[in-house]
Amino acid sequence: MRLTCPLCGPRDRREFYYYGAADYLNRPAGGDPAEWDAYLHLRDNPAGQTRDLWYHETGCAQWLLVTRDTVTHSISDVALVAAGGASGGGIAAKVKPEGSA
Amino acid sequence: MRYSGFRVIAEALTGHRGWKPMWRDPAPQPDYDYIIIGGGGHGLATAYYLAKEFGQARIAVLEKGWLGGGNVGRNTTIIRSNYLLDGNEPFYEFSLKLWEGLEQDFNYNAMVSQRGIINLIHTDAQRDAFTRRGNGMILHGAGAEMLDREQVRALYPWLNFDNARFPIKGALMQRRGGTVRHDAVAWGYARGADSRGVDLIQNCEVTGMRIENGRIRGVETTRGFIGAKKVGVAVAGSSGRVLAHAGMRLPIESHVLQAFVSEGLKPLIDGVMTFGAGHFYVSQSDKGGLVFGGDIDGYNSYAQRGNLPVIEDVAEGGMALMPAIGRVRLLRTWGGIMDMSMDGSPIIDRTPVDGLYFNGGWCYGGFKATPASGWSFAHLLARDEPHPTARAFRFDRFLKGRMIDEKGQGAQPNLH
Repeated sequence: MRLTCPLCGPRDRREFYYYGAADYLNRPAGGDPAEWDAYLHLRDNPAGQTRDLWYHETGCAQWLLVTRDTVTHSISDVALVAAGGASGGGIAAKVKPEGSA
Repeated sequence: MRYSGFRVIAEALTGHRGWKPMWRDPAPQPDYDYIIIGGGGHGLATAYYLAKEFGQARIAVLEKGWLGGGNVGRNTTIIRSNYLLDGNEPFYEFSLKLWEGLEQDFNYNAMVSQRGIINLIHTDAQRDAFTRRGNGMILHGAGAEMLDREQVRALYPWLNFDNARFPIKGALMQRRGGTVRHDAVAWGYARGADSRGVDLIQNCEVTGMRIENGRIRGVETTRGFIGAKKVGVAVAGSSGRVLAHAGMRLPIESHVLQAFVSEGLKPLIDGVMTFGAGHFYVSQSDKGGLVFGGDIDGYNSYAQRGNLPVIEDVAEGGMALMPAIGRVRLLRTWGGIMDMSMDGSPIIDRTPVDGLYFNGGWCYGGFKATPASGWSFAHLLARDEPHPTARAFRFDRFLKGRMIDEKGQGAQPNLH
């Protein structure tokens, strides 16, 4: 598997750290426990197209929003989270992956 | 037909004309009292114990492919009850006790072999952790022994004891652990369930669920609608896909785990060995192949195959532990899809839909749990209350902060 990093070009999977579903970008604003439970624990887990977060650990150290297929492993899009991701629109402020240690 | 040594001899003398198919191939009836979705180890065990131990009838198992074609035939066949936490250990010990009597119980040779499992120790800190775990096992009646370096050397003198990074200092041994022929587990349970009147319906994929006023009425399948009073889902690996039919999101991600088998060798390893520090574990099959594996690939996947970096990583782990296998050829690799839960432990629980029950989240440890999982799920289905050893496996433990996190990794499934 290779990911085409927007900054570094096509790179081996071993350079990247997988974090999880792009749901992590939608952090709840309030303190509702059910919302936080859903945010931290519940997943769509699709068989097919998914969007998830990868970290280019041994490359540019950028968080990437990857659109790929969980059945075929084909990768259709890799975008910088900091630039708004593939879907665009100001998510950069939300991406600090708290609790990601 | 009851199987026995006498029967084998009698059939051998009469040209093997008396053997019958082990189960029927029935068409689905319009409705059942119980539908179990998933004809793998856990689903078949559930149906078997529902009929045998809980006296229930009108049971069907729906399987989208063929019986035992999923993870029950893809795992590395290890059984053990060497867990630490109170939420887990009584359950896995219950399972190991069921393994010990399983072949007599379902009259089928599953080749249960209690050949012992060791977890290698490389540091003082690890010895402390394994001593604590061993004490937990002893408290729950599972038995455990601490081996020192020389005792490990007596078992496997050819291990790399003086690896610069991970010198072997000892091991935690559970002598009752071992291996089982995994396909035979599925077949034995299938035969046992079928002979008690359970309909095992293959090539029957669930495509939807009929839910009215918050209660399950039955399932839509590729072979038409089938009504049911209660539906149990035991499809680990595909749990998210099936429960999506009920509008549920689960605390589970699907990940691929690879396994490996080498060419056949002369007897080398008579037990099971785990090298946790190097992410490698190994046993030797009765055919002589080394059966081994390591970590999951690490990213969500429904493809039953993995990527090369993990193969390389597992091979490095094997070489670090056992340099003697350097010229052994790899025969096969394959992948299976794991329900990786948020705390690394399973779920056997009701769902918000009345009459719909869930069994999944087994991570990469479901095979050893098969008998207790089936028994506990049957208990829940028949009596509407959890089995005493499976009370902690609830959906709401995440919301309530009662995670059963053996590795202490937090809510990140690919780290468990």
